[in-house]
Amino acid sequence: MTALDPAAPTRRPGGRARRLGLYALLVLVALIAAGPLYWLASSALKTNPQIYAYPPHWVPTDLRWSNFSDAWNAAPFDRFFLNSLVVSVVGTAIELCAALLCAYAFVFLPFPGKKWLFLFLLGAMMVPGHVTLLPNFLTIAQLGWVNTWAGLIAPGLGSVFGTFLLRQHMLTLPKEVMDAARIDGAGHLRTLFRVVLPMSRPMVITVAIVVMVTKWNDFIWPLIVTSSADMRTLPVGLLFLRDQETYANWGAILAGTVMVILPVLVVFFIAQRYIIAGLTQGAGK
Amino acid sequence: MSAIDDAGRRLRARRRRRDYLLFAAFAAPNFLFLLLFAYWPVVYNGYLSLTDWDMISPAKDFVGLGNYTDLLTDPDFRATLWTTVVFVVGIVAGGLVLGLATALLLNQRLRGRDVVRTLTFAPYVLSGAAVGTLWLFVFDPNYGLIRPLMAPLGLTAPAMMTDSKWALTGLVLVYLWKNIGFVAVVYLAGLQGLPREVYEAAALDGAGPWTRLRRITLPLLSPVTFFLLVTCTISTFQAFDVLAVMTGGGPGTSTSTLSWFIYDQGFRAFDAGRSAAGAMIMFVVLLLITAGQARYLERKVHYQ
Repeated sequence: MTALDPAAPTRRPGGRARRLGLYALLVLVALIAAGPLYWLASSALKTNPQIYAYPPHWVPTDLRWSNFSDAWNAAPFDRFFLNSLVVSVVGTAIELCAALLCAYAFVFLPFPGKKWLFLFLLGAMMVPGHVTLLPNFLTIAQLGWVNTWAGLIAPGLGSVFGTFLLRQHMLTLPKEVMDAARIDGAGHLRTLFRVVLPMSRPMVITVAIVVMVTKWNDFIWPLIVTSSADMRTLPVGLLFLRDQETYANWGAILAGTVMVILPVLVVFFIAQRYIIAGLTQGAGK
Repeated sequence: MSAIDDAGRRLRARRRRRDYLLFAAFAAPNFLFLLLFAYWPVVYNGYLSLTDWDMISPAKDFVGLGNYTDLLTDPDFRATLWTTVVFVVGIVAGGLVLGLATALLLNQRLRGRDVVRTLTFAPYVLSGAAVGTLWLFVFDPNYGLIRPLMAPLGLTAPAMMTDSKWALTGLVLVYLWKNIGFVAVVYLAGLQGLPREVYEAAALDGAGPWTRLRRITLPLLSPVTFFLLVTCTISTFQAFDVLAVMTGGGPGTSTSTLSWFIYDQGFRAFDAGRSAAGAMIMFVVLLLITAGQARYLERKVHYQ
């Protein structure tokens, strides 16, 4: 029996060596995944002599928190955070509302040629982001939104992924509940917010978190559409910090990197069930 | 009698019209966003690819297919396409093999496997810009993690990201680190859905673990493999953030993929036509891959 067998029974004579080997592999996988993250977090707290020492200090001794203030002072991190927050929160709120309304319409309202319209909607998924870069930049420039929050947010608002997941979920809701709501005289908006939304909570949370993390991490669009340091989002700001500090001050750069990663990592560990479910949707379908 | 029927019909017609309007109102915002920022750009990008334009001058010179013939006869662009192929194949094939191996491991009844599953998935949700910065530090030949790891093997760490012989390999490794958890979790879900009886029967027939992996597990997982192959290929073609932060297409042009080329031509060289033509080539390649997937799935449905 080897690790390559999914149905291997776990209790066998002589299975002890095999299990030891499997645990060794498990530890190795964990080290490969988490090692670089530990290296980042620990180095961000080292003094520069410790960072540039060899053999390396595996555990930082006197923690140097001022790497973080160095990063904060070298680049306008307060603006980076604000911009990232505005872009991900406002962008997600608008996108989610549009996706919810759209999914509800496709499930609970009649329209001629609805099926074709839905295919048309799904078709947008086939458009690679790189094809939209130049035209979207020109559109945003026409609107006078270059280097503004509106310009950062607008091109990301269309939702295919979220609308699709929400629609799939709404299709599974029992029709009787909707009918009861209709008989009670609830309008569609009321039904959506009072009945459908509460019954779709896990799916709405999944979509909201995945969309928000995607916007938080987005790199190429903020890189293109912003032109001054104070409008950068965190990932692009990190690049700015690196150019400011060069590699002579890794401590500050690594501290900046931690600031970009940490919020997402915290959200991930709290809501991993939703995130993993959302990101792996579509598999096996 | 008929007056009541008429009234009922009119009422129903009015209600239907109202529902149509409501549908339109509910669906409009999302459709508007998609039309403006996804569909229209395809048309406009297609048009730009037929022009010669520096993104400043008011006039766009129409050059027909000139950009395409220029690109496809340009040895530099062919090198870019080749780099893209190596990059995509390395990340997708490596990701599938290592992801499957990880999934098979995590599918064993081992204590702590859920924690390890979470840990391997974590890099997938992190900002590519941050991951790129982090790995620049890991790969630093003097101060990076790579030096103490290679020293016991008697090896000197190469200047991974500044040596044109190594940079592409370095990028592939980083993207593998970022993506394997995703592949593993998708495979794991597939593994957990496999029927146990088949394995029991095969074990009775004396099939060894390798035979079972090759003859049962892999064939049964083939829809999952196919899904992963297509989604990973599409996303890797467009991979930009780690690459932009770590190499910016360099050193020289050693890591200049199609994705980098489109950005570089458009927003650094301000050659809109070439950038747009590169983007259209990427679009067509990805469409062909998706169409291939659709055909495969159709066959599967018919013959099952």
